[in-house]
Amino acid sequence: MKRFTAFNMTALMLGFAFLYIPIIILIVFSFNESKLVTVWGGFSTKWYGELMNNQSIKDAAWVTVKVAFTSSTIATLLGTIAGLVMAKFGSFRGRTLFSGMIYAPMVMPEVIIGLSLLLMFVALSIDRGVMTVTLAHITFSMCYVAVVVQSRMSSYDDSINEAALDLGCTPFKTFFLITLPIILPAVISGWLLSFTLSLDDLVIASFTSGPGSTTLPMKIYSMVRLGVTPEINAVSTILVGLVALGVVTGSFIGKKQKTN
Amino acid sequence: MRKIKGFRNIGRTAVIGIPYLWLLVLFLLPFLIVLKISFAEPIISIPPYSDLLQWGDSFWPTIKASLDGYLFILEDSLYVNAYLSSLKIATISTLIALVVGYAIAYSIAKAPTRWRGILLMLVILPFWTSFLIRVYAWIGILKTEGLLNLLLISLGVIDKPLTIMNTDLAVYIGIVYSYLPFMILPLYANLEKMDFNLLEAAADLGCRPFKTFWTVTIPLSLPGILAGCFLVFIPAVGEFVIPDLLGGTQTLMIGKVLWIEFFNNRDWPLASAVAIILLAILVVPIMYYQKTQEKAIS
Repeated sequence: MKRFTAFNMTALMLGFAFLYIPIIILIVFSFNESKLVTVWGGFSTKWYGELMNNQSIKDAAWVTVKVAFTSSTIATLLGTIAGLVMAKFGSFRGRTLFSGMIYAPMVMPEVIIGLSLLLMFVALSIDRGVMTVTLAHITFSMCYVAVVVQSRMSSYDDSINEAALDLGCTPFKTFFLITLPIILPAVISGWLLSFTLSLDDLVIASFTSGPGSTTLPMKIYSMVRLGVTPEINAVSTILVGLVALGVVTGSFIGKKQKTN
Repeated sequence: MRKIKGFRNIGRTAVIGIPYLWLLVLFLLPFLIVLKISFAEPIISIPPYSDLLQWGDSFWPTIKASLDGYLFILEDSLYVNAYLSSLKIATISTLIALVVGYAIAYSIAKAPTRWRGILLMLVILPFWTSFLIRVYAWIGILKTEGLLNLLLISLGVIDKPLTIMNTDLAVYIGIVYSYLPFMILPLYANLEKMDFNLLEAAADLGCRPFKTFWTVTIPLSLPGILAGCFLVFIPAVGEFVIPDLLGGTQTLMIGKVLWIEFFNNRDWPLASAVAIILLAILVVPIMYYQKTQEKAIS
């Protein structure tokens, strides 16, 4: 019964064609000489050159990298603690609310999260800028990290920790010497996930950013609204390339950890 | 000994407290503020809404709450239609994603073990690439003078270009495309663990393949189906980017209405009321999703 049939083969081929053809077309047309996105005018890298001269894109890219780096690092710290709490702390007062606040942001429509954060920043008279975008990104990213760490921790053998504690190791030291190295692949993939989530976010950043903190997705979005150009394809191709590199490196680290 | 225990309890509370406090301040508190502002009145000032508490001469402030925003939404057919059409678009897209995603997830689960890792990686890779870029990629394909029409005309399938861009169809394509990995991953996680011997048993007992699929495979994979559907349906209801870039002026979706109300009309109380009603619609599926996910992990 468990046979890989022609139907399965066709489903996979059509499925992956559907998933990848748009991205491939996008990449191909970033090397188009012509300004028209749908007419091939010969190979050229001129749009990448154009990109290098576009100061506002470079500024936006720098803001995005700063926000993504800071937010993913803090989100990984907070999310790892939260994942640990969810997996190993049993029941405590307010646990239902806690897990609700971890799971809800992952499916909650972004417009709601963005609007609510913005209204809070306004109500507390916090000036909008790089800092508010970073705070917003930490908040939703840490939930993803928490779930990744939680699912790793639920298969974690507690007796190793007990052994360390019995031998006189402090809880703090046990965490850093025993637990952390074991869950490290989950923590790293949590960081990578947070980084790309922050890199991708348009809606929440649009609500929570202020003057001078335009992120790359916001810049791309405003360019798309003005019309489709190969320059957008070029910046997209760079982003897709970076993310693909990150994912492949991440899975390589994961594999190496497993074989060790 | 007691002293150590006391110290441990403080440590435990601190460990729980740090992420807890963060989420209370940056996730729960903002919702309470949205709730508060949804009862305010729009005024021309900074910030553009009235205070709920009016401090008069007396010691106690008077509470001045207005239901205008909510009444306006419920009376104006534009908003009601936007909610209904968002639910309709999200439901149809979820069902399409389920059929497509099931075929892919099932096929990966049946593929030889050494292929599975790479196939799964191929599913996850687009999920990591920017949402905005993936939606943008469809514009060049679906436009009237886009690649799909060029291909179909050159193949002689159609004479005149199809109008797909700026229609609901483009929005369906966009949602299914963007959320497909969210459907495939939980389905695969479930199907991978399925005991294929059960299907063999059904076949041995004379059950036809189609019937086996309906009466054995589908019921066994129900948790995966539900998880995948929730992961697609809930965010799709409030989707903004896809209807904005691929949909037309007649494509009504509530996420877009909220955005316009907030950024273009600058009516913050109304935008807040729109968000609160949307949240009220989604709170049951969100809570159900949370319960099942937590059970699945632990």
